[in-house]
Amino acid sequence: MTTYYSKDHEWISVDGGIATVGITSYAQEQLGDVVYVELPDAGTELAQGDEAGVVESVKAASEVYAPIDGEVVEANEVLSDEPGKVNEDPEGAAWFLKMKVGNESQLAELLDEAGYKAFVGSL
Amino acid sequence: MAMATEATELMQTPLHDLHLELGARMVPFAGYTMPVQYQNGILAEHLLTRSKAGLFDVSHMGQLVLVGPDHETTAHALEALTPSSFVDLPRGRQRYTVLLNREGGVIDDLMVTRPETDAEDGRLYLVVNAARKEVDIAHLRENLYDAVRLEVIEDRALIAVQGPEAVSAVAAHAPEAANLAFMSACSTQFDGIDCQVGRAGYTGEDGVELSVPAGAAEPIARALLADERIDSVGLGARDSLRLEAGLCLYGHDLDETTSPVEASITFCLQKRRREEGGFPGADRIQRELKNGPGRVRIGVRLDGRVPARNGAEIAQPDGPVIGTVTSGGFCPVVGAPVAMGYVPAGFAKTGTGLELIVRNHRLPATVSDMPFVSNRYYRKSNP
Repeated sequence: MTTYYSKDHEWISVDGGIATVGITSYAQEQLGDVVYVELPDAGTELAQGDEAGVVESVKAASEVYAPIDGEVVEANEVLSDEPGKVNEDPEGAAWFLKMKVGNESQLAELLDEAGYKAFVGSL
Repeated sequence: MAMATEATELMQTPLHDLHLELGARMVPFAGYTMPVQYQNGILAEHLLTRSKAGLFDVSHMGQLVLVGPDHETTAHALEALTPSSFVDLPRGRQRYTVLLNREGGVIDDLMVTRPETDAEDGRLYLVVNAARKEVDIAHLRENLYDAVRLEVIEDRALIAVQGPEAVSAVAAHAPEAANLAFMSACSTQFDGIDCQVGRAGYTGEDGVELSVPAGAAEPIARALLADERIDSVGLGARDSLRLEAGLCLYGHDLDETTSPVEASITFCLQKRRREEGGFPGADRIQRELKNGPGRVRIGVRLDGRVPARNGAEIAQPDGPVIGTVTSGGFCPVVGAPVAMGYVPAGFAKTGTGLELIVRNHRLPATVSDMPFVSNRYYRKSNP
């Protein structure tokens, strides 16, 4: 299993052709208290950069983008009832969606953990 | 995740260093860098204000004073620009009002205080929105009678302390605060520092706003924060608190096209002014008072969890779009999303079913009385 990061503050954990996607701890801190998460239905075909969902915090709505091409295979239904989990465990239990890796070459363009840390440090 | 960043020259309030020390997240707001939240986050800050007391830096707001030869002259000058009555405003009392344009639209909403002492007779203190400060100053300078002068107070900070424990906590340093009735004010001392205290606010809770010398703002804030009942609260919770309290935010729920009748803030139109007119846009406003306005501000509660924010469309169930949300969000005490917006008067009745359109989804909602949470302003029998 390899974990990648995007400059849109998402993490992408790839295992056997399936990518699990969520938002980073940094993103959750910036958003503040999450009150609602909207996720795509299984079967939705996403291209890299498409809107994959929305996170609503007390402050504002923020889009979640598909970090790579692929078909959504599962959305994390727990977040519909317990959106606050995003603040508690953003890089674990509060994953957003699982998708098929549609284009493996796009993974190479993402950051690794050290690269993402450096990116956040530069903000 | 989409995240905006912005870099411009921003002004700082006298409490800037304290905000940073307290771990605030600073954001640009109306030309200032302001704390949107501290480490506890907006939800916790909101709930603290409802259960104990929150301290808010509102020094970005404009503090102005009208100076005339006597109260009547100054009051008339302000009456010429607003639909409220100031001639009969007793000493030491406050009144909420709006500056109106010629079409009866709201230039800004503001709080007016008549000082309680003889020495200050002929002065009216105004607190105006930060984002409208320059517009208001230009409007007042252009339209005030010659006998009345506008002074802009640049050397004072404004600190709001709001919540059920707010007044007793402030009174430990400024005892006179405890004697104030709701919407009244006095000049007093806070730990020996001259300040003005008004018993009002923007949260629906009992509380005060303290106008203090800029150089004393930090020690005063620190003295208050040392009280275990008080913690600092940012602009994020200030917005959710005022929304829950059903209060308008200029630029969202009020603008230059909106009349005070449409905005359902007719409590700022005292009886004599309604009858006599003689304020900008009086034709329209008196007509709306008589016949009802074409559109009106409503509160709505949403059924689900999805917040509907400023700009979301309001529709009839399975029907056409009839209005727009002007403020909306998740309300921590209600525990659900609520919104305010404008609809034709025929759809404003409490209990009317509507739909709010968010990202192409139609969300069921119901017209609700405001405030969404009962306000707890301090009431004592008036003398």
